Amino acid sequence: MSGLVIDKQKCIGCGLCAGACPASALTMVDDVAQVDQAACVLCGICVDSCPEGAIAIVKESQGNTADYHGVWLFAEQNQGRALPVAFELTAKGRQLADELSTSLTVLLAGGPGIAGEAQALIAAGADRVLVGEDPKLAVNLEENYAAWLDQVVTEGKPEILLFGATGFGRSLAPKLAARWQTGLTADCTVLEIDKQSGLLYQTRPAFGGNLMATIYTPSHRPQMATVRPGVMPYPVLDETRRGEILACPFPQDFSPLVRLLQERQIQAETIADAELIIAVGRGIGNAKNVALARQLAEKLGAALGCTRPLVDTGWCEYKHQVGQTGCAVAPRIYLALGISGAIQHLAGIAGAQTIIAVNSDPEAPIFAQAQYKIVGDCLDVLKALLAQV
Amino acid sequence: MNIIVCVKQVPSTNEVRLDPETHTIIRDGRQSVINPFDTYGLEEAVQIKERLGGRVTVLSMGIPATERLLRDAMSRGADQGVLLTDKAFAGADTLATSYALSLGVKQIGEYDLIICGKMAVDGDTAQIGPELAETLGLPHIADVKKILSVDETSLTCIKLTDNGEQELQVPLPALITVLKDINMPRLPSITGVEFSLTAPFHSFSADQLAADTSRTGLNGSPTQVVRTFTPERGGEAQEITGSLDEQAAEILNLIKG
Repeated sequence: MSGLVIDKQKCIGCGLCAGACPASALTMVDDVAQVDQAACVLCGICVDSCPEGAIAIVKESQGNTADYHGVWLFAEQNQGRALPVAFELTAKGRQLADELSTSLTVLLAGGPGIAGEAQALIAAGADRVLVGEDPKLAVNLEENYAAWLDQVVTEGKPEILLFGATGFGRSLAPKLAARWQTGLTADCTVLEIDKQSGLLYQTRPAFGGNLMATIYTPSHRPQMATVRPGVMPYPVLDETRRGEILACPFPQDFSPLVRLLQERQIQAETIADAELIIAVGRGIGNAKNVALARQLAEKLGAALGCTRPLVDTGWCEYKHQVGQTGCAVAPRIYLALGISGAIQHLAGIAGAQTIIAVNSDPEAPIFAQAQYKIVGDCLDVLKALLAQV
Repeated sequence: MNIIVCVKQVPSTNEVRLDPETHTIIRDGRQSVINPFDTYGLEEAVQIKERLGGRVTVLSMGIPATERLLRDAMSRGADQGVLLTDKAFAGADTLATSYALSLGVKQIGEYDLIICGKMAVDGDTAQIGPELAETLGLPHIADVKKILSVDETSLTCIKLTDNGEQELQVPLPALITVLKDINMPRLPSITGVEFSLTAPFHSFSADQLAADTSRTGLNGSPTQVVRTFTPERGGEAQEITGSLDEQAAEILNLIKG
């Protein structure tokens, strides 16, 4: 049956679930949790609260999945070049395809000349690259891309289909998931094949990055996910690898409703793919000190990041905001000056390789996430850094 | 100009606390607010209505208590609230939620524009806008930072992209998702609060919407959660010691790799 299921053998009668339930649907009967299915809203809070893993939300399976084969991914381009995330996904896709003993197909679309990127994707691990080369695909517009992808994916029936979790990928993939009526998991940071079922296990940070959720799509195809850029390792290209390159024309009878009037490419100034970020929080004290941090960032060739309160007070512009309502970043080094580590901020730095945190409060939550810490005045440290660069 | 604004009830960000033992989020499910991104969508809709006339409807799927938030939206300029609430909607992923919302949109009837926030701050998926548009057969523009012009027939706006901006025009009806720098949401006015107490509010069950329950809630959700867990912390942070100058030098060493 579908619904909330309690494993009576595992339940230890602690009552945590009943206390956590916002719908008052759980009661303790003879020291075993019991659910009122009519009252339960399936929010899953009790599943998280159970220390024994005795509660689960289950669903009857349905659908036909046997006709779908192969791992496919969408290689996003900008101005005729495949993005780094396309190569990261290709390396990951190779690994998944090998585990499933199947092939890896990369979908490459763009304006005239985009086919020139195909060989590099083969060198990164693709067995086959399907190329859509058309002036209508020169600029990343959802309707045109969806028309082309719909055609090739419906024809090819992949079991897995991955997108980069860029702004474009996160707008395009859900449009297609709804068209194909299948599941889509957003902004994944880990992808694995479950050995038993052969299904794609997609892990993503849930609320604030303090909880990870592993999600799967058991009975709909393709299993779709968007994957956060900068998290999967970039591959070493093997120029001797051979693969197939196939042209797949754009459907000529298609005309989009959304019309592009103008595009402005603004170089740099995006902190999303910065290697090194100097970030400041309220502990920095005042706007004048933010200028010092900006100075340090410039000298080190780093990007400046900040927390939300600094944007709200006008000390920093929104484009610098890191976190849940700002930008998710994945730098090699994240230097956090005077940032306490609100969970909304921590959510945005889950992809950082090394976090160095400076804060005067030894209990600041940022220290739990950091690899290196200094308990002290961030302004002193900032000035000492400026003196040395 | 009739506009539908989709809103979601999310845990109040100020109320989110971490359990010091387990590092998991303490959620009591009782404190909730309108998803912050949706408040920008509401403000944008109200501003358009003030210029062009028409009606703003706030639409949500959620537990009955969501009525409070819809009334709050009506104190900030919305004209009516529609809540989809039913046991059959529970446990929905983004696809099943989009389906339910699409039924709500059809129930509301005539509309020119649907506005959603860029994403909800609890789920972070940013999928509802595009999925709802596709379910309704509408074009969508995500991540809108500014509306340049709008009338009953078309909308011109600036979309923030990964590499800059696009200026786009779309015929209406259409759906847009908005960013937080699009406007500054207003506070409730006194007349607004008075209005909200008796403002038109409609609640619909799955039956009343003639929903196909194989497409709603848990049954209609292709994705399922296998498990949730606390991420590994990778041990205690290493303290950088010494004088300020030594600490600075060590930081620079780490930066240089």
